[in-house]
Amino acid sequence: MGLLSDPNRRQVLTNLLTRMNTPLCFMCYIAGVSWFMGLAFEPFILRMYTSENAMGSTMVDENFVYGDRALSYAREFSAHGKKAGEMPVEWLVKTMSGLGLETHTQTFSRTLPFPDEIRERYMVKGTNVYGILRASRAASTESIVLSTPVGIRQNSQAAGLLLALASYFRGQIHWAKDIIFLFNDHDMIGMEAWLEAYHDVNVTDINSSVMEGRAGSIQAAITIEISSDVVTSFDISVEGLNGQLPNLDLVNLFTSFCQKNGVLCTIQGKLPRLDGETLEGYIHSLHTMLLMVLKQGSGKSQGDHGLFLRYHIEAVTIRGINSFRQYKFDMVTVGKVFEGMVRKLNNLLEKLHQSYFFYLLPSLSRFVSIGYYMPAFGFLILILLLRALDLWIRLSKVPISTQDCANENVRPSFLSIMTPIFICHVMGLALYYVPLLCQGRATDHFPVSDTEAVVLTSIAIYVAGLALPHNTQSGLPTELAAHGWMTLKLISVLYLALLLGCITLINFSLGFILAVTLIPAAALAEPAPHSASLCCLPLHRTLKALFLILMSPITILLMCIYLYHELAEYPITLLECWQLLLQAVAESILDHHLYSSIVYPFVVFFIYPCWLLLWNVVFWN
Amino acid sequence: NRHFIHTHRENRSCRQEHVSHYRLFPKSLGQVISRFSVRELHLSFTHGFWRRSRWGQPFLQASPGVELWVWFQSSVSDVDTTWKELTNALSGLFCASLNFIDSTNTVTPTASFKPLGVINETDHKFLRYAALPREIVCTENLTPWKKLLPCGSKAGLAVLLKAERLFHTNYHSQSVHVRPICRNELCISTSWELTQSLSVVFDLYASGSGKREWSLFKMFSRTLTEVCPLASQSTVYLDVTDSDKVNDTLELTPPAPSVLNTTVHGKWRSYAVYNLLNPHLYSTSSHSLNIALKWKLSKQFAIPEVPVFKAERYVSGFGLQTGKINTLVYNNHPYRAFPVLLMEIVPWYLRLYIHTLTITTKGKENKPSYIHYQPARDRECPHLLEMLIQLPAKSVTKIGIEFERALLKWTEYPPDPNHGFYVGSSVLSALVPSRINMETNTTKLAPLFTRLFTSIDASVYFVRLYTEALLVNLPTPDFSMPYNVICLTCTVVAVGYGSFYNLLTRTFQIVEPSGGVAKKIANMIRRLRGVPPI
Repeated sequence: MGLLSDPNRRQVLTNLLTRMNTPLCFMCYIAGVSWFMGLAFEPFILRMYTSENAMGSTMVDENFVYGDRALSYAREFSAHGKKAGEMPVEWLVKTMSGLGLETHTQTFSRTLPFPDEIRERYMVKGTNVYGILRASRAASTESIVLSTPVGIRQNSQAAGLLLALASYFRGQIHWAKDIIFLFNDHDMIGMEAWLEAYHDVNVTDINSSVMEGRAGSIQAAITIEISSDVVTSFDISVEGLNGQLPNLDLVNLFTSFCQKNGVLCTIQGKLPRLDGETLEGYIHSLHTMLLMVLKQGSGKSQGDHGLFLRYHIEAVTIRGINSFRQYKFDMVTVGKVFEGMVRKLNNLLEKLHQSYFFYLLPSLSRFVSIGYYMPAFGFLILILLLRALDLWIRLSKVPISTQDCANENVRPSFLSIMTPIFICHVMGLALYYVPLLCQGRATDHFPVSDTEAVVLTSIAIYVAGLALPHNTQSGLPTELAAHGWMTLKLISVLYLALLLGCITLINFSLGFILAVTLIPAAALAEPAPHSASLCCLPLHRTLKALFLILMSPITILLMCIYLYHELAEYPITLLECWQLLLQAVAESILDHHLYSSIVYPFVVFFIYPCWLLLWNVVFWN
Repeated sequence: NRHFIHTHRENRSCRQEHVSHYRLFPKSLGQVISRFSVRELHLSFTHGFWRRSRWGQPFLQASPGVELWVWFQSSVSDVDTTWKELTNALSGLFCASLNFIDSTNTVTPTASFKPLGVINETDHKFLRYAALPREIVCTENLTPWKKLLPCGSKAGLAVLLKAERLFHTNYHSQSVHVRPICRNELCISTSWELTQSLSVVFDLYASGSGKREWSLFKMFSRTLTEVCPLASQSTVYLDVTDSDKVNDTLELTPPAPSVLNTTVHGKWRSYAVYNLLNPHLYSTSSHSLNIALKWKLSKQFAIPEVPVFKAERYVSGFGLQTGKINTLVYNNHPYRAFPVLLMEIVPWYLRLYIHTLTITTKGKENKPSYIHYQPARDRECPHLLEMLIQLPAKSVTKIGIEFERALLKWTEYPPDPNHGFYVGSSVLSALVPSRINMETNTTKLAPLFTRLFTSIDASVYFVRLYTEALLVNLPTPDFSMPYNVICLTCTVVAVGYGSFYNLLTRTFQIVEPSGGVAKKIANMIRRLRGVPPI
């Protein structure tokens, strides 16, 4: 710090910063991206280990034998479901009460802001059924949830397995936590309704009946999805709403029981490989990690478990996969895996808190903790700070020659800077409120469905934001105009740094995706130099604008969708990609309204206006 | 899937100024009572929770963990000190962590707990109540309890009480109640009555592979051989009310010598009675009695009747800052309303906002007719809230009160802070109107029952109900972090903050290097002379 208090040396440093700014920024970007890429290389990162004492050393032996019972329950379940045309509530209540569980139902209804065309639902009415197995060794202060979504997707095997597990667990005597077997209707909407009723809160505007049976504070939850009689592997989903993740020990627990029973387990649908140190192995883990980053960054819950995380309940979704592999596992093995997991969760003496909550998984055997991945983001955010410093130095160096007469003009007026900021945020607000308000009118006048109306209105407003007249400064001397855009850029760069810094703490993946794309755009955004000849000016400006558009939030989304399908080995054409983009916009709006996901409002209220500010900078006079 | 046994022992001893003459009354307990001038003592150890909606009305419910309430004699001058000493003495006597009872979990209820014995004073300042919901009950608590019995566990019903069976059950509650009673009708002198009771719920589904049959041997792995020679009465009562139902008959071996019809908790019950003093009851070959029950036809477990009065409690909300304690109280009586006295004890680290107290019944506000609220003092005493609420017929009353979670000092956290903090059960006492018309004289037939359920009026019966204990998470620091945090903050403060503060608040100017000492002296002289310095 003595370096800075010496004016001479400070001068040297600022000179260096201004002169070397571009190479420094470039180096930071390279360093950030390559650090991130390096995270998937196995020798660099930590091996998985279980931190929780109660789950690490204690032995559990699994004796689940009710495989056939699970399948017969599954057949009965689907038969009754077909007969009823929906979830067989009565049959479930009867069966669970017959097993000696305390059975309750909960009805709910929810009207979506606009019809969901993918899942074909608008006014949702449903019933959740749950049975509580009261633990003999405790006074209902803690519980574990085993759930399965029933309703739209055929998930009868999971329902059968849950009932078989219930009947098996009922005969066991070592339960110290109540076990709740939950069959939620309309997948995530039902789960949200159940969770809100259980915790007696109203986060989203869901109507649900008063809940009667409770079982204390929920310690952990496992969602099971199986739709075949035999499985070849299990796939685990961890990404929850807003990119929240469950404690890593829950993933460890799953892996250890898969290994114990010899069941193949995957993450992101990618099989584990042993050659992590070779190039192919590295690329494989990189793909897996990128898939996780994309899923987490979307802020969507990748399964019903994602909604538990808001209530600080550790939860994962486990899917049984039936592929063309030779070796298959029957329901007995499947049941044993879950029995083991529940038994160990039952042994917990504390909430799961020992292991990591912030991590990335390049495979199920290795993980990247927050301390490892944050530097990658640090390098990227440094670019914005370097840029801001550079601008600050340049702004403070403006000659104060015209002292008296043009004192007001030297500093651009407060209003001239505030106007674009204000307009951009108004655009953000319009983007949030107008599509839903105009939904009815749009469907009356145009041949579009409700969903399309909302999405297309959003995109129209988004594009309209670019066309607004932004420039409020005209006829100013060159250097004063330069002052104007530099101030605006300084503000927008710092604003972006603040936004990215905040979102990265909540959802690293989202922050990183935005940083990788928006930061170069922000660093390069500046109006065409006036010195450039007139013929070059439009070209220069067009190039800058094109680059900025390429890095705009909606294009980022488009690219992410494309990349996701490439990585998931399901390539799509550009047209399909466009269709999926429309779907993704609709879904993110729905997610926001149904589960109060923050990604959509965050992008619309903050990232889009911030990007519009940069757009303003490019078109500054 | 349930069955419980309830042993009831009663010993009397002469009471003079101090207990001095012991015959059946255990001396260890008697000494404690006389040493601390106890008038009435009620102590219970419970493991598990009584599932009212499945098992019906309990004979004696107790809160999960340990519950102790004591009335002291009016001669005690310093009740708090005596209470502290008494809990320590009982802690040694029953091998339990009763010494954790201190001012932070002791309250003086004003209305919920009344003396059960001969009353000559009811000033509640002599009452102390405490509950430890975290306490785990196990064998080491059972052994001292059995030692209080006149025959120990050597003879009588107590031979059945084997720890390895009793603790494999769904519910286990043992209690000791001491109260003064009249020695005769005229009530000139009083004597001590000691009641020891043990309630156990066996899960037949889990232990009997889904069958409804049971026998004493199956449950306790023991049979009855002889009666305690000191006992004046030793009886097994068996609830056979369900056998009247059509298509569902039960068979008892050996057949019950007599059947008793009576009303318990507002319902007609019939009991098969086995008087163990009767020598013909024991089988001639093995000299033992193994009562067994078999169902003739159905194997289905009966669906229990909805209890008239039940309650449940839960914490709502999420996050670690605020929350709400909700209690739902159900009155399922078809046409009678009745008042209920609710007592809530909340530890100080949940800061209750009493202004958020809402009581709603059928969507309307329900004003309590009596409220006693004693606010908590940090690290000194808990919140105590007592309310008398009228419950309309066929209604659910929701009582909600919001709280804020306090941040504890770092030494105040228990060894496993992430497990959560327990909030004891709330206690609901009510006189529940019965659904049937009762004849007063029939209740007199059962001496055991009348002593247990002292009903004032024949048409109502007294119920004391305990809700679930709650587990609440408090904001918990990561205890491995303080060291790192201290190091980091110290570094940041020392290096970063100081220098930046310097940079931001000072303006830097280049100063000419000043001369040596000679120049300074010269300047000083010049200043004295009034000449500007060099």
